Amino acid sequence: MTLLDVENLHVYYGQIHALKGITLHVDPGEIVTLIGANGAGKSTTLKTISGLLRPREGRITLSGQDLAALPAHEVVAKGVVQVPEGRRIFGQLTVHENLSMGAYTRTERDGIDGDLERIFTLFPRLKERRAQVAGTLSGGEQQMLAIGRALMSQPKVLLLDEPSMGLAPVLVEQIFETITGINQLGTTVLLVEQNAYMALQIAQRGYVLQTGEIALSGSAKDLQANVEVRKAYLGG
Amino acid sequence: MAATLVAARIQRNWLQRLSVIDIFLWAFRLAVLAAVVVGTFRTLYSGRYAGEVWLDFVVFGVSQGSVYALIALGYTMVYGILRMINFAHGDIFMCGAYTAYYAAGALYRAGVFNRQPLLSLAIILAVAVTASTSVALLVERVAYRPLRRAPRLVPLISAIGASFFIEYAVRGLYGSGFQAYPEFEVFKGKWNVFGIGILRTQAVVIVATLILMGLLYLFVMRTKTGTAMRAVSEDMEVAALMGINVDRIIVITFAVGAAAAGAAGVLYALVFKQVHFFMGFYPGIKAFTAAVLGGIGNIPGAMLGGLFLGLFESVGPILVLDGLGIVAPYQLKDVIAFTMLVMVLIFRPSGILGERLAGKKA
Repeated sequence: MTLLDVENLHVYYGQIHALKGITLHVDPGEIVTLIGANGAGKSTTLKTISGLLRPREGRITLSGQDLAALPAHEVVAKGVVQVPEGRRIFGQLTVHENLSMGAYTRTERDGIDGDLERIFTLFPRLKERRAQVAGTLSGGEQQMLAIGRALMSQPKVLLLDEPSMGLAPVLVEQIFETITGINQLGTTVLLVEQNAYMALQIAQRGYVLQTGEIALSGSAKDLQANVEVRKAYLGG
Repeated sequence: MAATLVAARIQRNWLQRLSVIDIFLWAFRLAVLAAVVVGTFRTLYSGRYAGEVWLDFVVFGVSQGSVYALIALGYTMVYGILRMINFAHGDIFMCGAYTAYYAAGALYRAGVFNRQPLLSLAIILAVAVTASTSVALLVERVAYRPLRRAPRLVPLISAIGASFFIEYAVRGLYGSGFQAYPEFEVFKGKWNVFGIGILRTQAVVIVATLILMGLLYLFVMRTKTGTAMRAVSEDMEVAALMGINVDRIIVITFAVGAAAAGAAGVLYALVFKQVHFFMGFYPGIKAFTAAVLGGIGNIPGAMLGGLFLGLFESVGPILVLDGLGIVAPYQLKDVIAFTMLVMVLIFRPSGILGERLAGKKA
C-alpha cells in the first residue's frame, strides 16, 4: 500500500513549465531519494507536495486523501512535513520556541512534551542550547534543529530538501546517519539531495530528475550501478 | 615611500568620495546639534522655568508618549509581518475614540458615568477596542488581503485610500465638528505621588498604558499564538510549512494592534476631552514616527520610541527653542517631532533598537 502518491504532476512558474508530469510514490517505512542537477525540479516537487505551489495538473494523495487542494498549513496537519532547503530555522526565536512551532498543529500537552524529550535524546546539543536564540547556533546544529522542528509535528512522511547543503563532510555523515535513525524509528522519508552518492547509500529507492521529468527510477542499488547515473552524479 | 604613496591615495580617495550631499548632511547634523546645545544652555542659564514646570512637562511628555507608543505598536506589528505601513492605523485609533465618545455620552446621560467611574471606563474601553478591531479587520479583509501578492507600493496606496475612506465616512455619519467628551469627576485635579503633583488624567493614561504594554508583551513573548506571530514575521513560508495558518496570524496581528489603538483612543480623549473625524491624522503620523524611531518591526522599540517622542515633543520646545529666542515655542512641537523623523531616516534608518532590520527586512 502506497503512503504518498504523486501522479502526473505539472507545475508552472508563470510561463515556465517547471514540472512536466512527475509521477512517484513512497511506501510506508521507506527512504526514497530524488536526485538530479540544479534546476531539475527537485525542490519544486517538494514545495508542491507541501502545498506552497499549486499544480496545474496532477494528483497528490496521502493514503488516498487528496493533498493537492490543501493550503500548506493543512498539509502539515495531515502528516506531511518539510525540512526546507537552507534550514530556515526561526533565527530570532529560541531553540525551544522553534521546536514548539514545529508542534503548532498539535494540542496534546503530554504528547508534545514526550516528543520534545525524544528530540533532545536524538540531538543532545539542542537540549544544552534550548534557551538560546537559534540564530546563534552553528550550521550543523541549525540543521539538527530544522529536522527536530519538523519531527515535532509527528509526520507520517518527512520531506527533506538538501539537508547536507553547506555542511562540513563530518557533519554530512552525521546528518545522513540521523536520517537513517529517524527512518528506523518509523518515519517515512522523501529525500532530495545533490549529494547523490550519500543519498543512494541510505535510500531504498531513487528517482533521477532531469529538467522537470523523471529520467530514471529504480532501487538505490540499481541506480548506483547505472552507467548514466555514475557518469552524471557520482563522478565516474 | 610606498607607504606614503598608499596613504596619499587613500586620502585622495576619501576626499574624492566626499560628495556635496555628505557635506550637506554633516552641516545639517552640526547645525541641529549646535541649535540643541546653544538653546539648552541658554534656557537653563536664564533660569526662567522652575523645577515643577519641568516636571509637569516631563509627566505630560510621558503620558503623551504612552499614547503614541500604544498606537505605534499597531504600525510596528503589522510592518513586522507584512512589511507594509498601515496608513489607516491612525484612523482606526480615531474610530476607537469616536465610538468611545458615544458610549461615554450614553453612560453620562444614564448617570452611571460619575457614580461608577471605573466600571464606566472599562465599558468605554471595551466599546472602543471592539470598534477599532472591527474596522481594522474590515480594512484588512477588503483593502489589504486581496493585494497580498501585489508589489509593495500597491497596498500602501490602498492604505492611504482606506484612511481617507474612514475619515470621510465618519465625517459623513457624525459631522465635521468637535464633539466634547464628558469628564470624569474623579479624574479632575491632581494626585500627590511622592510629593509630586501629577494630573490625574495623565496618571491614569500612564498606568493604563503600562498595564496594556505588559499584557501585550506577555502575549507576544509567552503564548503560542504570540510565538507564531514572531515566526510568521521572520519567515512566512516556513511558518506555513510548520502548520501555522498565516492568514489567521495576520488577522490576529491586525486585531491586537487595533485593540491597542482603540484603547489609546480612549486615553487620548481622557486627556484632550474632545473627538473629531480628523483626530487620527497627527497622532497616527506621530506614532509612525515613534515606530521608526524605535526601529520599525520591533515591539519594545515602538514602546521606547513612543516615550522618547512624547518626551522630546513636550520638553524640547521650552528646553531648546525657547533658549534660541523663539516666541511661543510650544507651537513648534510638531517641528521637533518631524525633524526627529527626518533625522532618524537619514542617520539611523534602523531606529534605536532596530539593528537587525537594516539588512534583512528593510
